[in-house]
Amino acid sequence: MSSSVAGVLAVALLVAALWVTYRPFGDYMYRVFTAKRHLRVERAIYRLTGVNPDAGQRWGVYARSVLAFSLVSVLLLYLLQRLQEHLPLNLGFGAVGPALAWNTAVSFMTNTNWQAYSGESTMGHTVQMTGLAVQNFVSAAVGIAVAIAVVRGFARRRSPVAAGGPGGPGGRGAGSRDDVVGTGDELGNFWVDLTRTVIRILLPVCVVVAVVLIAGGAIQNLHGNRVVSTLAGGHQTITGGPVASQEAIKEFGTNGGGFYNVNSAHPFENPTSWTNLFEIYLLLAIGFSLPRTFGRMVGDRRQGLAIVAVMAVLALGSFAVNAAFQTAHHGTVPVAVGAATEGTETRFGVPDSALFASSTTLTSTGAVNSFHDSYTSIGGATLLFNMMLGEVAPGGTGSGLYGMLVLAIVTVFVAGLMIGRTPEYLGKKIGSREIKFASLYFLATPAIALLGTGVAMGLPGERAGMLNSGAHGLSEVLCAFTSAANNNGSAFGGITVNTTWYNTALGLAMLFGRLLPMLLVLGLAGSLARQHPVPATAGTLPTHRPQFAGMLGAVAVIIVALTFFPALALGPLAEGIH
Amino acid sequence: MFARLPGWARQHLAALRILLVFTVVVGLAYPLAILAVAQLPGLHHRADGSFVTRADGQRVGSSLIGQSFTDADGNPIARYFQSRPSAAGDGYDPTSTSASNLGPEDVVDTFDDPAMRGTDESRQSLLTQVCARSQAVGALDGVDGRRPYCTASGVGAVLAVYHAGPGYDGRVTRVVSVNELCPARPFLTTYAGVPVRCRTLTDDIVAGQRVVIRGDAPTHPAVPADAVTASASGLDPQISTAYADLQVRRVARVRGLPTGQVSALVRDHTAGRSLGFLGEPAVNVLDLNRALDALTPARR
Repeated sequence: MSSSVAGVLAVALLVAALWVTYRPFGDYMYRVFTAKRHLRVERAIYRLTGVNPDAGQRWGVYARSVLAFSLVSVLLLYLLQRLQEHLPLNLGFGAVGPALAWNTAVSFMTNTNWQAYSGESTMGHTVQMTGLAVQNFVSAAVGIAVAIAVVRGFARRRSPVAAGGPGGPGGRGAGSRDDVVGTGDELGNFWVDLTRTVIRILLPVCVVVAVVLIAGGAIQNLHGNRVVSTLAGGHQTITGGPVASQEAIKEFGTNGGGFYNVNSAHPFENPTSWTNLFEIYLLLAIGFSLPRTFGRMVGDRRQGLAIVAVMAVLALGSFAVNAAFQTAHHGTVPVAVGAATEGTETRFGVPDSALFASSTTLTSTGAVNSFHDSYTSIGGATLLFNMMLGEVAPGGTGSGLYGMLVLAIVTVFVAGLMIGRTPEYLGKKIGSREIKFASLYFLATPAIALLGTGVAMGLPGERAGMLNSGAHGLSEVLCAFTSAANNNGSAFGGITVNTTWYNTALGLAMLFGRLLPMLLVLGLAGSLARQHPVPATAGTLPTHRPQFAGMLGAVAVIIVALTFFPALALGPLAEGIH
Repeated sequence: MFARLPGWARQHLAALRILLVFTVVVGLAYPLAILAVAQLPGLHHRADGSFVTRADGQRVGSSLIGQSFTDADGNPIARYFQSRPSAAGDGYDPTSTSASNLGPEDVVDTFDDPAMRGTDESRQSLLTQVCARSQAVGALDGVDGRRPYCTASGVGAVLAVYHAGPGYDGRVTRVVSVNELCPARPFLTTYAGVPVRCRTLTDDIVAGQRVVIRGDAPTHPAVPADAVTASASGLDPQISTAYADLQVRRVARVRGLPTGQVSALVRDHTAGRSLGFLGEPAVNVLDLNRALDALTPARR
């Protein structure tokens, strides 16, 4: 079998697996967020922390809870790193420097998992387990919580006509209104959403996944370095660590922060070609299933189907371009080699590496099983493009869904301009307040990415951080800031970023790239929640049909193309076309 | 007890407490529970690191982590199958895992300038690394090591072409072979009617138009792709079946074994694609070399 045919079959299996779990997993998450009852362990957590789980929060309170949790997360993770020399199982590693500790703390809190350090030579087991891995769980949960809050903003006070209409939830119609806590414009309770996501979704899945990964060969121990005498008569130092437990949440929570420097290319993190596909599935699973949850919560599953269709088309299109350029291997070195194998592992091969690379940049994961810096020019450009798309196909846990919903608002606005009607989405009018929130949402991240790149290129010392020169060097800097602002975390790894300037600047980019869009989208949800829904009329644009889905996809691509084309033209496109 | 605190302080206190609870639940209980499960027979060996041992019980490595099969000077040991090039530390160093991170158009070598004392700024371009590795493997295994865009001497065949006018316009005034430092003889005598010179440290390579010369090497070189490119992890335990097959003749000759027997061993240590279509078939080098040593023990 040729490797291209094998690659197509791998994609087919992945799509089938995602399709099979879309419904049950989406429905499960729907039940998690709409259930009235708390589990016993959850009650214990609420009691311990003094949270009233039955109090609804308006968008302002919800947002302040997110901010408070983010702040203490950064502080605790910063402290753990700074105090590493006093912690057990530190493997002899001392305190992490202030700039790097700041960068890493922000990086893991924001679900970016940009890594300016090398895991095996910086972080002991305690920081990995109780610092980094904890943020892997909770930062993913924060994203999902915010997405659910935003969906509640849409779902609130749905008119009975729309909820019970054809294609509506039918017998479970009452359930879709049950998620409304209180009677006003509350968006739910952040602490409850956070706790339920961790306890009912992330943790149980990760327990199973970690054991499966160990069966594949991933390690789970607390050893330090062990020295062996090699066959050739030399010595090799083999590392240990609680890798499997961390790998599971790293993929499932679209975090991407590897235990080791080389991330999922490391044989201890990703030992075989089947663990590779399994990890790709995991990092896409939540993103592709949340639209189902969304559809159930707004009482119309077709809305979820439309969203997931757009995500799938964008993802498959992007992967097809990437894989085509990687297998065709244009460019001087790939032609000299005869394949784009630089920076790829033998067991994965080029097509499955491209699949991982596309998936990791289409979500906010940023884990890598091959090194994007060595990709062909256009292959690398598609990965950059994926991140610039704002990671909505399917995007990070939660952030992909709310990103797509804001895009949908922009789309109905554009459609409204065309036909001269006040735009509405899911029965809510999109007025000037809503469109301002949506526009700011889409300006925030590109502004951070492009300004950051511009400043770095303007400073001679920072420009020198590039490993490759010329257009490819610009791609490295552009990738760093795009990845940070979009909370992806993957890199064109040649660039030297463990400097005070880059650690600080990229830390700020990650922080604002995460929190600004979150606040804007929560504000949008708050404003939607206050609205009384308008009944659908003959003039209402149906948002579950292919026509709307097509427009939504086009809006996503055009916004990105207009914003980032000049930067892409100077970087990877200039390199690829000559 | 916290009721008298202002609202914002209570909120941060709740945040801190819930974070501490999660630190205990998912930061300690979860990994330790997985660690406990990992002690089960069947899982323990893998969770420990898939270590492999010699007959005397001493660990010689992990079957998941590649090794260098080179002597103290870095030269390949002929009786062993060779692994891929590695960018992890000095090669296959698990404490310093890395890929090369060099891009597809990284074709110009940097040479050390003796005027800059105390620093060695020399760096081989990815193209030159590929060319040099191909030559070395070709020489070791007795096949043609030529590749497109490589010179016969094993560096990247790249010219800097200087024009009379701006924007690479006008007649060609000067041509430099950028990866051949003087006094090397350039791989090409003339380009566009102008003699090709070797490179000096004072040449401003960036000012010239970069031209790569394809040469007459076959499109499908005899030395496989994975033999000339560094892996992603720098610890790749495997090589392609093509690279393994290429090495069979040499290993069989040095060990005095029939080629068929070595080929059979290669097949025994080849992992096919998972489920028949995931990844690529690959040969585990450490396991293969251990099997060979068991057959014909190395003289130490």
